[in-house]
Amino acid sequence: MDKIPILKMGQFLLVTIQVDMHDRLAMTLQDDLTRMVGTSGAHGVLIDISALDIVDSFMGRMLSSIASMTRIMDAETVVVGMQPAVAITLVELGLSLPGVLTALNVDKGMEMLTTRLGSSRGDSKASHEDD
Amino acid sequence: MKTIEREVMQVANEAGVVTARRMARDHAIRLGLNLVNQTKLVTAVSELARNMVVYAGGGKVTIEEVEAGIKRGLRITFAYNGPGITDLELAMRDGYTTGGGLGQGLPGSRRLVNEFTINSEVGVGTTVTIIKWK
Repeated sequence: MDKIPILKMGQFLLVTIQVDMHDRLAMTLQDDLTRMVGTSGAHGVLIDISALDIVDSFMGRMLSSIASMTRIMDAETVVVGMQPAVAITLVELGLSLPGVLTALNVDKGMEMLTTRLGSSRGDSKASHEDD
Repeated sequence: MKTIEREVMQVANEAGVVTARRMARDHAIRLGLNLVNQTKLVTAVSELARNMVVYAGGGKVTIEEVEAGIKRGLRITFAYNGPGITDLELAMRDGYTTGGGLGQGLPGSRRLVNEFTINSEVGVGTTVTIIKWK
């Protein structure tokens, strides 16, 4: 059965969703992520959905629950890379993703996590801009 | 309304939901819907196909390319296997759910398409038809 890989990078966990999400895959991701927040002690989770061409109510609910679960485990979740057409559709569908932090892209999402966690650990992850 | 092309598939589980989405996307692209309308249509298909699986154990999805006068569009019909919905008005209300979802499936899908018809009779079954015009 397929699984979505979760990468650990410093105090963050990174997830890039590159496949068509079906419901069980979404549930597995939710379980894996919360478990990994627990075992790794990560303080930030970044979920990149730029490859997703739809987010329906099930997927939206899953993103919201991941954000709430990780928050009560002391980690912030940021969802990044939502396509404009997906955002338009989500709003019309009536979903606002309560409790989910969002950023435009991976760069901005990392920046957001770093700033939010910056006070606790100012040394390691200075944001580097090379553009 | 004239049907130009028709494709039928059975949806029995969540893998079927993914297939239905893909099929709807293919037809939408072929018809020339823009990206936002493709996304809206495919999202509505995802909601309604999942509904069929969760509440009725599956059903049949029919995708048709239709023509009415100078308009062209996609008509997608969801024939639920299940026993029907007891209170349609309630089921169409935002936030109402019996399946542990967010209650956006039916009312949300209605907002994503141009035409939305739902017929349900207890003991007989439920049919949802949506149309997205180009």
